Amino acid sequence: MIQALRRFAGHVGRSLFRWQSDGDGLIVLNQRRVFILPTATGLLFALTLIVMLLGAINYTLALGHALVFLLAGLGLTGMVHTFRNLAWLRLSPGRAEPVFAGELAHFPLHLENDRPRPRLALEFGFSRQPVARCDLPANDRLTLSIPLAAEQRGWLMLPRLRLATCYPLGLFVAWSYPAPAMRCLVYPRPLTLPLPPASLATTAGARTGEGGQEDFAGLRARQPADSPRHVAWKASAREPDAPLLVKVFGGGAQTELWLEEQALPGTFDFEHRLSALTGWVLAADGAGLRYGLRLGEIEILPDAGPAHRQRCLEHLALARS
Amino acid sequence: MSVAAPQALDRGAVPWLFATALIATAPHFFHQPEWLTGLALLIFGWGGWLWWRGLRLPGRWWLVALVVASCAGIVLQFRSLFGREAGLALLVVFTAMKLLELRSRRDAAVVTVLGYFLLLTHYFHSQSILTGAWLFAASLIVTATLIRLHGGPNSRLLPTLRYAALLTVQAVPFMLVLYLLFPRIGGPLWGLPQDAYNGRTGLSGSMSPGSIANLAQNGDIAFRARFESTPPSRGRLYWRGPVLEEFDGQTWKAMDALALARPDISGQDPPLRYAVTLEPHNQRWLLALDAPSTWPADSRLLANLTLLGNRPITQRQRIELTTTLDYRFNVQESGTTLQRALRLPAGRNPRAQALGQSWRETIVDPGSRVEQALTLFRTGNFVYTLTPPLLAGDTMDEFLFGTRRGFCEHYAAAFVVLMRAAGVPARVITGYQGGELNPLDGYLVVRQSDAHAWAEVWLAGQGWVRVDPTAAIAPTRIESGLAEAMPGSDALPALVALRQDWLRSLRFRWEALNNGWNQWILGYNPERQRELMGRLGLPDADWQTLAKWLFGACGLVLLLVSAWTLAHRPRLDPAQRLWRRASARLGRRGIDCPEWMPPLAVLARVEAGQPALAPAFRSFVEHYLACRYGPGPTNLKALRRALAALP
Repeated sequence: MIQALRRFAGHVGRSLFRWQSDGDGLIVLNQRRVFILPTATGLLFALTLIVMLLGAINYTLALGHALVFLLAGLGLTGMVHTFRNLAWLRLSPGRAEPVFAGELAHFPLHLENDRPRPRLALEFGFSRQPVARCDLPANDRLTLSIPLAAEQRGWLMLPRLRLATCYPLGLFVAWSYPAPAMRCLVYPRPLTLPLPPASLATTAGARTGEGGQEDFAGLRARQPADSPRHVAWKASAREPDAPLLVKVFGGGAQTELWLEEQALPGTFDFEHRLSALTGWVLAADGAGLRYGLRLGEIEILPDAGPAHRQRCLEHLALARS
Repeated sequence: MSVAAPQALDRGAVPWLFATALIATAPHFFHQPEWLTGLALLIFGWGGWLWWRGLRLPGRWWLVALVVASCAGIVLQFRSLFGREAGLALLVVFTAMKLLELRSRRDAAVVTVLGYFLLLTHYFHSQSILTGAWLFAASLIVTATLIRLHGGPNSRLLPTLRYAALLTVQAVPFMLVLYLLFPRIGGPLWGLPQDAYNGRTGLSGSMSPGSIANLAQNGDIAFRARFESTPPSRGRLYWRGPVLEEFDGQTWKAMDALALARPDISGQDPPLRYAVTLEPHNQRWLLALDAPSTWPADSRLLANLTLLGNRPITQRQRIELTTTLDYRFNVQESGTTLQRALRLPAGRNPRAQALGQSWRETIVDPGSRVEQALTLFRTGNFVYTLTPPLLAGDTMDEFLFGTRRGFCEHYAAAFVVLMRAAGVPARVITGYQGGELNPLDGYLVVRQSDAHAWAEVWLAGQGWVRVDPTAAIAPTRIESGLAEAMPGSDALPALVALRQDWLRSLRFRWEALNNGWNQWILGYNPERQRELMGRLGLPDADWQTLAKWLFGACGLVLLLVSAWTLAHRPRLDPAQRLWRRASARLGRRGIDCPEWMPPLAVLARVEAGQPALAPAFRSFVEHYLACRYGPGPTNLKALRRALAALP
């Protein structure tokens, strides 16, 4: 019996609220996907109208009747307009940039309004709590990013969204549950540890390497593992909105670094090790070193550059013990 | 795009809320004590200043103190916190105070809902066309405030107002349907507070020198009448109010509880049918023409011919009546009534009483004594004036033998005093005389300025006979009205004194409009609704039938409004429209091409699935891409041709 009920509830939920993913294609909020109910303000408004109607009857105010009826009509038209504010909105998922655990992941969502009326006050959230709000002009499109705290490394799936609006009158709230299939890769939370000693296996030092400590070679954006000592405060202060800049030094001898799980203290558990390795990757990359990664079965040969760094971080994000 | 606390109120919304609160409360400033207005304005000013300087809103204790202080003031003023006036005062103060605690959008929503509520309360004071129009505009502002509140900081002034207007226009059909079909209930539902109908002008149950002259300076409409046939001449229109029989030397008063005896009327001409629409005057008399022959069931005709409703007239009310203008009334009168009609306070007005007594001794025929008194008025240098000198002490003596300047009540009172002294039973009648026919709608308009006092004497064999002493001194007053009788008098209300033709016709137009408003909009009551339903083919519609029709009609309107609102199809580029047609054709040929698929991908699909179709489609795609993305002018013709070439 209970089983059957649960199945039935699940069925209703699926058919009514579409509790399945919408895939990665275009989502159009057609009328079957938009729900509408009065808000608390709407209930207050209705109650006030009833009181006003009683007053109008009691004092036989003909225009009082007219006003109450006008406001009742206003409520009903407000309902239609609130529905319209959401209906036939077109959403399509974008690509989320990877983040480190502990940061905010941003899921970009492309919104398109192909109607000649602006859609104001669209609120995106996960349950009742809105996290992003936007106004979409008529016949226009924009990209909104939905912030979501990335707690754990690995793939962070965007949960089912609740898109709600009570524009224009706030007497009704229309909402929909778009569930675009979006995911964001979350790298492990970096742990700042001193880099392990450079491997003895230095290759032929003919190359002029980067990442020494002596000669100033330029500036680049700061990454979480960079030492605060290298931040170029003066240069950063010139552009307060840009990320902090760190000084890059050249002139060090070309060394090759192996970032190995075995080099870490034995007291660290697996997640800790991943965090430490992540910190090392960032530090090594920041210092411009050539580094390789060894983690369980995984071995990535020493290299340098953004693509190499990303490859290492992806492996760390998705590693299994 | 911004991520903010969703319920926070943005700064730009606050002026809208002030506008709402001010619009909703301001008309009350004219009706409530000055200190309340001052307090409300002070709070508005304070809140405005805090907003302007971006300062913090006052703390809870300030508000509590304000509430206590204003409640105390209101109790002192109105002796209660309840009742209509006190309740309104509280609402006004609380609305103003809500502006001091605008922290979230919910607070702001409360202000707007209060604003809507306050709009209703203005109808206590007036339900005229102008009030209606003004409140319509005010509700528009309140609605715009709601829109601004939920639209957030990106909404702009004009689009917001325009949106509010659109919503209001769409709400009007609902209003009409509800107004006509909502089952009407006659009020009141519960006992009204004591102060519900304060401040109504009109006749009162007593008369002293100057009281009618005061009333005559008021241009308000007392009632309107519409005759089924041609209205009688002006001089025959005596609208009878209270009959005043008791005199204390200064003031005339109506007798209470004349009760059960019925008047004995014998009509001598065919009855005249007409309807009176009374403005509320908070008294019970219905102001029928002398002498009524049929009257509504919820009223009764007193022995002194006054038609009295069972309840005070507190709302505009329409009454159907018939009357005979030529009648004999109480040829057989009871002795007590005649005794009462001869009583004079002993020792007051000795000279008038002596004069009357001398007539009694010298003139045998009571009718000739009446003539004698009228001759006295006609020949004794009496002046008919709206601004008579004040009288004190023995007022009638002073008037008859001293000032000789008076308005109708002076003449009527003096005449009755003389008649009683002369042994002719007499009494004072107050009411209205005349009226002005509005040629536009055929209604006869009777104003407070038509208030009048006349006399009635009882003569053996004739019964009570109307004698109007004013007709003796100023016949034009009776035949043509007050404005003709006293040209150039400053004391007359401007509307009544109007003599220019174009202004007069303008006034007729305005009053006809007002009358239509009163009769058809304000006067739409349960009876009118039943009448209308009968005409629509639903006789005896009970509330269930009405509810069915109401829901049906509302549903239809909702459907229409939704269609209007939601029917905006996306406006497509012509090339895009042609693309849709092409993809529909492909769909019929079994090639699925969803809307989001780029043209070249569709082409690849076609090439893979239906190679025979590919050349024609490739040409179409090329033209389409050229139209949509290519440089230079778009060549739609070529695209159409390519579409036509598609099999």
